[in-house]
Amino acid sequence: MLTVAALGQPAVAARLRGRGLRLQTGPFITCIRSASPALAAALGRMYADYPVMGEDISADFDVLLRRPRGLRRLVKPQVYFHYDGMEPFQPLPLAQIYPMFEWAMNWCVSSHAHSWLVIHAAVVEKEGAAVILPAPPGSGKSTLCAALVARGWRLLSDELTLVRLDDGRIDPVPRPVSLKNGSIDVIRAWAPHAHLSPPVTDTLKGTVAHMRAPADSVARAREPATPAWIVFPQWRAGAPAEMVPVPQARAHLRLAENAFNYSLLGAAGFASAARLIEQTRTFDFSYGALDDAMAVFEALLAQRR
Amino acid sequence: MRALPLLTRVLRAPESMRTLDAGAWELLLRQAGDADLGATLALLADEHGFLAQLAAPVRRRLGWARTAWERHAQAVRFEVQQVRRALAGTGLPLILLKGTAYVAAGLPAAAGRLFSDIDILVPKTALDEVESRLMQNGWASNHHDAYDQRYYREWMHELPPLQHMRRATVIDVHHAILPETAAVRPDPARLRAAARALPGAPDLQVLAPCDMVLHSAVHLFSEGEYDHGLRDLFDLHRLLCHFGATEPGFWAALPARAAELSLGRPLFYALRYAMRLLGTPVPGASLAAARAGRPPRALLALMDALFDSALRPPHPSCAGAVDPLFKGMLYIRGNWLRMPPLMLSRHLFHKAFITRRATTQV
Repeated sequence: MLTVAALGQPAVAARLRGRGLRLQTGPFITCIRSASPALAAALGRMYADYPVMGEDISADFDVLLRRPRGLRRLVKPQVYFHYDGMEPFQPLPLAQIYPMFEWAMNWCVSSHAHSWLVIHAAVVEKEGAAVILPAPPGSGKSTLCAALVARGWRLLSDELTLVRLDDGRIDPVPRPVSLKNGSIDVIRAWAPHAHLSPPVTDTLKGTVAHMRAPADSVARAREPATPAWIVFPQWRAGAPAEMVPVPQARAHLRLAENAFNYSLLGAAGFASAARLIEQTRTFDFSYGALDDAMAVFEALLAQRR
Repeated sequence: MRALPLLTRVLRAPESMRTLDAGAWELLLRQAGDADLGATLALLADEHGFLAQLAAPVRRRLGWARTAWERHAQAVRFEVQQVRRALAGTGLPLILLKGTAYVAAGLPAAAGRLFSDIDILVPKTALDEVESRLMQNGWASNHHDAYDQRYYREWMHELPPLQHMRRATVIDVHHAILPETAAVRPDPARLRAAARALPGAPDLQVLAPCDMVLHSAVHLFSEGEYDHGLRDLFDLHRLLCHFGATEPGFWAALPARAAELSLGRPLFYALRYAMRLLGTPVPGASLAAARAGRPPRALLALMDALFDSALRPPHPSCAGAVDPLFKGMLYIRGNWLRMPPLMLSRHLFHKAFITRRATTQV
């Protein structure tokens, strides 16, 4: 199987400039085009182990990141995201091209992939049991996800939980984990060997860096997982680790609020969320220290053994 | 004529989808995505019985588009009921137009059709009552600019769009099918008088078959923007095929009705480009009768070039070097048809300088 690393940096850059790099992430193939050397370098660094497809395999999404033409490229250079000629986002400063790429990849899935219930949630797995971490920004979801992954949990996704409509299992779409502001240093200290992309300052979400997905998670990207818990995390400075069960009906509504296509799927969305709640135990989880959080998640696993 | 794009060829002959390879499918799905015709492809493949034989990745993509459309159609039916309830006390029949009508009447043209607004037709004398009842039920105008309000209320054939405060759905309340300021204004009372009730719902009506086709043609061929040109032409194609097959006397009545309503020109264009681009089977006699609406030779040559360009899918793979110029010409034409020259220059001046300045200052 051809990977980004095996293809080599010059060939990756050439494909990006030419007819596109067909990158496989979980169940999706995205045709990516960009003349930017910075994006080529970032993909080489963050996606080394990911499969690359030939032109005979049709892509699900078509992503073009380009700089404007003419004089505009000289003053405050910007980057535009085009999806098949459409522009779903405002342009961003050129320095933010890599975070923009990651947001564009999330957008492609969350606005099209309606063969899954797509929940805005991190999801990790260990011993065959997946824990879903839905949460609004600022709750520490990605930090918790990165910390668990650095301690041996398999990364399925830090943003997009794909629940199959037919059997309720979760398809992984492992990609780099997005870290914001203070959590960048927290994860650097927590996992000194983790590979982080250079932080990009002044984005809409503050300073952003991404943590590379572990090679094992990428290698197992086609292996679905069975959901066991839904944990709504909330980080608070100095708070003790505490798990409080959430009643099923409330958990269902909160899950629906965090899903991108719950109402679009109609009855299938409801049935899928209801099955997920039925299959899992649901908790509110507040914590102040990652060490405490690890112990709590290990205890959850131990109860299942 | 330029070579037809892949999507247009497939709409012409849906069976040709069977033999596409992976590369062609990718291009087709991308063109269809931009043209809002992805779900239409899914439903065509299903209707022709070969959906199950398509490759799994293709079926998956078609399924995504179809799911989004099913939700859309459900939302439209729900919204129609809300509007119906809001206007129940007026004693007026609720006449649905365009995409809303296709969905409510269950016409083949509704299959896969996505649109953003609910369109209704009411008598001009009832506008105030209809507007206030809609406002009492949660719809409000989102055009606050005094110029926009005047533009719609004095010159156009519809109220400024009303948006529902909670559901964010938009309704366009029309009192005619062409602006007050246009050179040709078919009497809307004749359209309303011929409107037909939907089975089982006497207060819900749609335009009679000929009028529905003519309205679709007027809408497409007097527009200034053609982002949905191909989709709208495909609507016409499906309306013509459906009524031609189910409505006795349809093909003879169509050119006669166009002449009655002074809509010979849009009908001529509709039949010409539907046949030329989508291969619509139009009987010779109807075509001959519709030639009454044919423009002078030089103008027709120009229109052929403009519409051949504008009715291509709005995807980068279909764009030609002259298309931006043609697009600009059609934009001016669309506005030209809408109002007399002096008024138009004043309107474009206002839009270009005054409205833009006001928005940049905000």
